[in-house]
Amino acid sequence: MTVAVDTDLALELRGVSKQYPGTDTAAVSGVDLQIRRGEFVTFLGPSGSGKTTTLNMIAGFISPTAGEIVLHGRNIADLPPHQRNLGMVFQNYALFPHMSVWDNVAFPLVERKYPKDQIRERVRAALEMVNLTGFEKRRPRELSGGQQQRVALTRALVFDPPILLMDEPLSALDKKLRQRLQLEIKRVHREVGITFLFVTHDQEEAMALSDRVVVFDQGRIEQVGTPDELYRRPATRFVAEFLGDSNLIEGKLVERDGATALATPECQIPLPDWPGGREAPSGDEHCVMFRPEDVKVLPADDEGAACRGTVRDVVYLGSEQRVIVTTETGREVTVRTGGETTGIPGVGGTVGLRFSASNAWLIPTGG
Amino acid sequence: MLKLAQQTTRRLRGIHLAIPLLVLLVAFFAIPVLELVRRSFLDPDGALTLQSYGDFLGTPAYRTILFRTFFVAVVCTVTCLLFAYPYAYLMTLAGPRLRRALLVLVLLPFWTSLMVRTYAWLVLLQDTGPIKAVLAAIGLEQVHLIRNTTGVVIGMAQILLPFMVLPLYNNLQKIERSDLLAAQSMGATPVRAFWRVYFPQSLPGLFAGSVLVFILALGFYITPVILGSPQNSMMSQLIVRQVTERLDWASGGAMAVVLAVLTLVFVGLMSRVVNVQQAFGGTVDKK
Amino acid sequence: MTSTETRSRPRWLYLMAAIVAIWMTAPPLVVIPMSFASERTLTFPPSGYSLRWYQEFFENPVWIDALKSSLLIGVLVMVISVVIGTLGAFAVVRGRFRGRGVLEMVGIAPLVVPIVVLGIGVYAMFLRWGLIGTVPGFVAAHCVLAVPYVMITVGSALRVVDGQLERAARVLGARPHRVFLRVTLPLIAPGMLAGGLFAFVTSFDEVVVSLFIVSPGLRTLPVEMYSSVTRDINPTIAAASTLILLVSTVLILVSTKFLFSDSANGRSKR
Repeated sequence: MTVAVDTDLALELRGVSKQYPGTDTAAVSGVDLQIRRGEFVTFLGPSGSGKTTTLNMIAGFISPTAGEIVLHGRNIADLPPHQRNLGMVFQNYALFPHMSVWDNVAFPLVERKYPKDQIRERVRAALEMVNLTGFEKRRPRELSGGQQQRVALTRALVFDPPILLMDEPLSALDKKLRQRLQLEIKRVHREVGITFLFVTHDQEEAMALSDRVVVFDQGRIEQVGTPDELYRRPATRFVAEFLGDSNLIEGKLVERDGATALATPECQIPLPDWPGGREAPSGDEHCVMFRPEDVKVLPADDEGAACRGTVRDVVYLGSEQRVIVTTETGREVTVRTGGETTGIPGVGGTVGLRFSASNAWLIPTGG
Repeated sequence: MLKLAQQTTRRLRGIHLAIPLLVLLVAFFAIPVLELVRRSFLDPDGALTLQSYGDFLGTPAYRTILFRTFFVAVVCTVTCLLFAYPYAYLMTLAGPRLRRALLVLVLLPFWTSLMVRTYAWLVLLQDTGPIKAVLAAIGLEQVHLIRNTTGVVIGMAQILLPFMVLPLYNNLQKIERSDLLAAQSMGATPVRAFWRVYFPQSLPGLFAGSVLVFILALGFYITPVILGSPQNSMMSQLIVRQVTERLDWASGGAMAVVLAVLTLVFVGLMSRVVNVQQAFGGTVDKK
Repeated sequence: MTSTETRSRPRWLYLMAAIVAIWMTAPPLVVIPMSFASERTLTFPPSGYSLRWYQEFFENPVWIDALKSSLLIGVLVMVISVVIGTLGAFAVVRGRFRGRGVLEMVGIAPLVVPIVVLGIGVYAMFLRWGLIGTVPGFVAAHCVLAVPYVMITVGSALRVVDGQLERAARVLGARPHRVFLRVTLPLIAPGMLAGGLFAFVTSFDEVVVSLFIVSPGLRTLPVEMYSSVTRDINPTIAAASTLILLVSTVLILVSTKFLFSDSANGRSKR
């Protein structure tokens, strides 16, 4: 039945598209993606970017207008949701309010017509594993947020699905709880070892959880990569701006003293150890990204300053602070400094800026 | 072709669930009402005519009854409003227990049978009844509470009060009380703050409740029959008399059509401002 | 503690509420003592007390037959209205067809049209159809008035049902009919129960339409009370009223238990 299956692949999307009738632009267009078994992959993007639509097509709530969805070698694009055998955790968990914890967890087993004694054994063992023994008779509403998440996860995993989908399960929670539950999700992923597919609009959450992140924008995949790849080597302007703070500086690449430099009207940023292997044609307009931690604030008269500017704002963030500097031409540069505040004048003071070239990244043109 | 067929079926998805409802409403609501409309346009020989409508609007006695019906409906509406507004306002201020008690109280009329209530008012308001005795004791022997509009309004407004209180309460509970403090902090007296900041925000609920009460009041029958008198009859009584006593279906039908159309005009007016379904729904949900 | 400014409740508000309270509770409070009157009287309070009117009620076949007819018709109306109204609510809330809004308006039209208009129209047609004085005739006419309540209660319950719960059930392996049985139905059950109670009460309490379609052989309790009030007022009607009060109080308690209990409602609304 299956031909030339890559047994390492859990899920593959081939040219998956969704166009709603009566609309001009596709909600999702031509998504190709391969997810390996056991991977933790996150769909990241702003609302309306197509990440949730794609997830819903995988789950079977929306049928794609084109493309194949291959789960463990089988095209499931035409199957109704209940035949896909997917685990899923919803936003706000979607625990059945009229059922006890026990009945919620037993639900997928009952619907799969497992024998009664097996259901009893599995539910008991599953609840024991997540420390919910003793809570069997409670209603979901009588549980804390963390307990609810554990029930939702248990319910989605109790029937050993090959993949677990999670649709923004943490988006409604406050930051503290969210961080705690992220750790728990990671722990569960390590323990069960199956493929996790997570959807979020929160880039920090995506970075914290994932092996790989798929960045969506306007119905398309912008970039797929590890959190570090996305942060350090964004493929497009959108990715650079969506993940973390970034300073995108446009200018001409010029040769100066035998080394490359980025020239803007007010700055000359030397890029001596410009990462090799990449073609950086001189003379053209280019966009180079510097993360805020790769920029340093210097005294105004420092020789090494690439350019000068005025401190517009200093935001204290505990272990670090963020300094926003406006250059002579009005460009805003964000600088993240360590705890040391010495040498940084107050708002209105003049400072010099130095850009660390080693982590500079050339945003490909057209991105 | 195929695509068109698919589109048609998609557009009709779910409508089959409404078939029993439609059968019920067509057979036992639409057909009976349309039959009444049909008869209103027929003369005794079965020819088409507008005679019945002309007779109705041309007869001063009938016009008086129509105006009285409107008058009673307006009086009921105002009476309900006068009691319902403070009542609903108190509900928004009350703690959960008092609020629940107030809610149950105002819903009592829903749960006491119409005949039970009407009979009770008959006992209470009659000339030898307890309320009359109290009035007589303070020198108001001349006031009669029954067989006149007073009795009808007391009985009707009691039944209608929940229909005013519930939309109003739904509205008032959404108004931020801090708005009143804000207005006072800017120099308004409490009374001015109420009228300029709070009251305008309550107008949608006030309007919904008023129209609802007014519409329902137009159609009352049992209460005016028992607590009123034939000399003070309302439209519903007149319609029934025409049909059951004079066997004049055309005339009764014409009056019924006029009353129904007037009611629907007000429903239409109301639906421009509020969701009629919700206005009823809000009442029913709380029952 | 909230500041006194925001919570000040003038005394006159309480006075108004007290008047309303007396106004609302007076009828039932009058009816109960009247039913125990010892004489044939309309005077309140009665001069002496007895149980003779209850005896009269239970021994007079006219009253007992009317009570039985009312209960039979009420139960039939309840069952039929819940079925028709629930299906209708699904069509209105979940259907995907043009004219859903119109259907929704049509569904509550019987509540808005003056009741005598319906009564006379039904009278005219029932004469022709031979439905005067028949149980099916009563049930049909009462259903027209009861179904809108079911549509409203079930409709609002259905609107509250989180679509995500149904999707969760589907993806967790439930077939469509199982999703309905195990998730949707339990979640709208309180709405159906409330609608059913309204349907029963609507029928049990209906006078106007019933007056037109009664026959000497089939009379309902409210009709019997109506003729008692208009012909020869005797305290049997008070006994009947007290019994009705008793029944409706039990119904309220049952419905409150179901409607306000959190276990039935899934999530508390406030």
